[in-house]
Amino acid sequence: MFIRNKLLLLPLVLGFPTAALAVAPNLGPSPPATQAQVAALMQSIRDAQSSADNAWVLVSAALVLLMTAPGLTLFYGGLVRRKNILGTMMQSFAMMGIITVVWAFVGYSLAFGAGNGIVGGLEHVFLRGVGLTPNPNYGGTIPEQTFMVYQLMFAIITPALITGAFAERVKFSAMAVFLTLWSLLVYCPMAHMIWGVGGILNVVGGVWPVMDFAGGTVVHITSGISALVTCIYLGKRAGYPNEDMPPHSMVLSFIGAGLLWFGWFGFNAGSALNSGPLATSAFVNTQFAAAAGAIGWVIAEWLSNGKPTALGAISGAVAGLATITQASGFVQPMSALLIGAIAGVVCSFMVFKVKKFFGYDDSLDAFGVHGVGGTMGALLTGLLASGAINAVFGKDAAGKPLPAGAIDGNWHQVLNQGVGMAIGWALAIVGTLALLFLVDKTMGLRVSATEEASGLDLSQHGEEGYDLNG
Amino acid sequence: MLKIEAVIQPAKLDAVKEALIEAGVEGMTILEARGHGRQKGHTEFYRGREYTIDLLPKVKIEMVINDDMKDKTIHAILGAARTGHIGDGKIFISKVDEAIRIRNDERGETAI
Repeated sequence: MFIRNKLLLLPLVLGFPTAALAVAPNLGPSPPATQAQVAALMQSIRDAQSSADNAWVLVSAALVLLMTAPGLTLFYGGLVRRKNILGTMMQSFAMMGIITVVWAFVGYSLAFGAGNGIVGGLEHVFLRGVGLTPNPNYGGTIPEQTFMVYQLMFAIITPALITGAFAERVKFSAMAVFLTLWSLLVYCPMAHMIWGVGGILNVVGGVWPVMDFAGGTVVHITSGISALVTCIYLGKRAGYPNEDMPPHSMVLSFIGAGLLWFGWFGFNAGSALNSGPLATSAFVNTQFAAAAGAIGWVIAEWLSNGKPTALGAISGAVAGLATITQASGFVQPMSALLIGAIAGVVCSFMVFKVKKFFGYDDSLDAFGVHGVGGTMGALLTGLLASGAINAVFGKDAAGKPLPAGAIDGNWHQVLNQGVGMAIGWALAIVGTLALLFLVDKTMGLRVSATEEASGLDLSQHGEEGYDLNG
Repeated sequence: MLKIEAVIQPAKLDAVKEALIEAGVEGMTILEARGHGRQKGHTEFYRGREYTIDLLPKVKIEMVINDDMKDKTIHAILGAARTGHIGDGKIFISKVDEAIRIRNDERGETAI
């Protein structure tokens, strides 16, 4: 409303001198007072737009943090056995503390500093040069610190997602060291390559332009593939798969899933970095994909196992959300429904059949949902990206958006997306393996057999999650 | 003095409690238990994996009564807890050596 009123004023203010000029063409240039007024009005309009954008991105940053805690902490926490609930929650919460500091010191610089095509430089260590004025490359209407803190929330949740793969069997100290190093070695370069100016995969000017609206490759592929590598390296939980280890509280997981869905609006729609129609597109696509994902998984499960489960419904929603992440600001709403449905069906198949076939213990399906979802999302973006939603490659002379994805006729984009996906897989595999070896040989990653039996809560933290007799 | 232990269906707890109080049994201890006799369990599904749950929720009521209350008490429990289906539960009766009231050290039948 505020902007509209100002805009309505503009033709009035401009109208007077213009009308005067038309009637009396010999009046010459408009008086300085009018020019100053116009300039001031233009600045007001810019400020108003900036306020709206900044408000939305700040709220989105908070929403993304909500996804980590309590979204992920509850979702994962409910899925593990009772003796490990605090340990599981602590792994995500620790990231909130540690990654914040690391990001402030050096992470933001490595991700978004100038640097080279692979990783950023050190010019912004300790956030030097990152102030409250906008950086035209990173959300030109919001203070750069808003961009920085928004990206921080992504840097927090990405390693937190990996904890799902090594649930119930990793030392807290080793996990903290491993994930901190991982965020520097894997996350920052991946973010730089795709989102950093000069990155080789940047959709604007990159060697292979990759569309990744909110982090399908940067977040879900890297964390999902790293999760797979980690759970294979660490080996299965003691007793898996013969001992029954059902979720100890589906109620907590249900609440966590709702918070994840809610927070994902900040994850996707906030990535527009403004409060305009692109944010709307991403918001709508997020909702549509989550719903279609839930339905897809539930139907697949109903047909194969006979009952629609609560866990299936929330897993399907998360799968839909993970898969739409990359495409959220590029595709039409109906495409989002399709993407969500594919995600629900394929991810459920991964978890029901493929995991059992190969026998790896991806305890909380970080690979099955995020790794696979992210991979599909990367490729589906290449197929379904529509220039009408996001003129990501610019416009032609007539003002028509250039073809974005295959649906516009640009099949080459699928190849580009594939390159981004492959680099994501490669970086995740190599980086994770290197760090696993390093941390395991120096600190030891896995808890001892007795610690695993007594549970992480007691062995790592000296606490119990529930005192039902208290 | 006799100890009566009754393992019953959780849904029957209120009915059995009412019947016992009406029969004159004032003291009882209720425990939440899990178990099975000849009753089969059920299967649950989480992310496509089947889990067999054969320890089913039960309620155990323990009470210590005077010998002459035995028939009335058993009658009350059977009447309230029986459904006629497998899983109704069991009653066990044993002898108690001593009973002591903690508050004032009363012993024997007056302590019950």
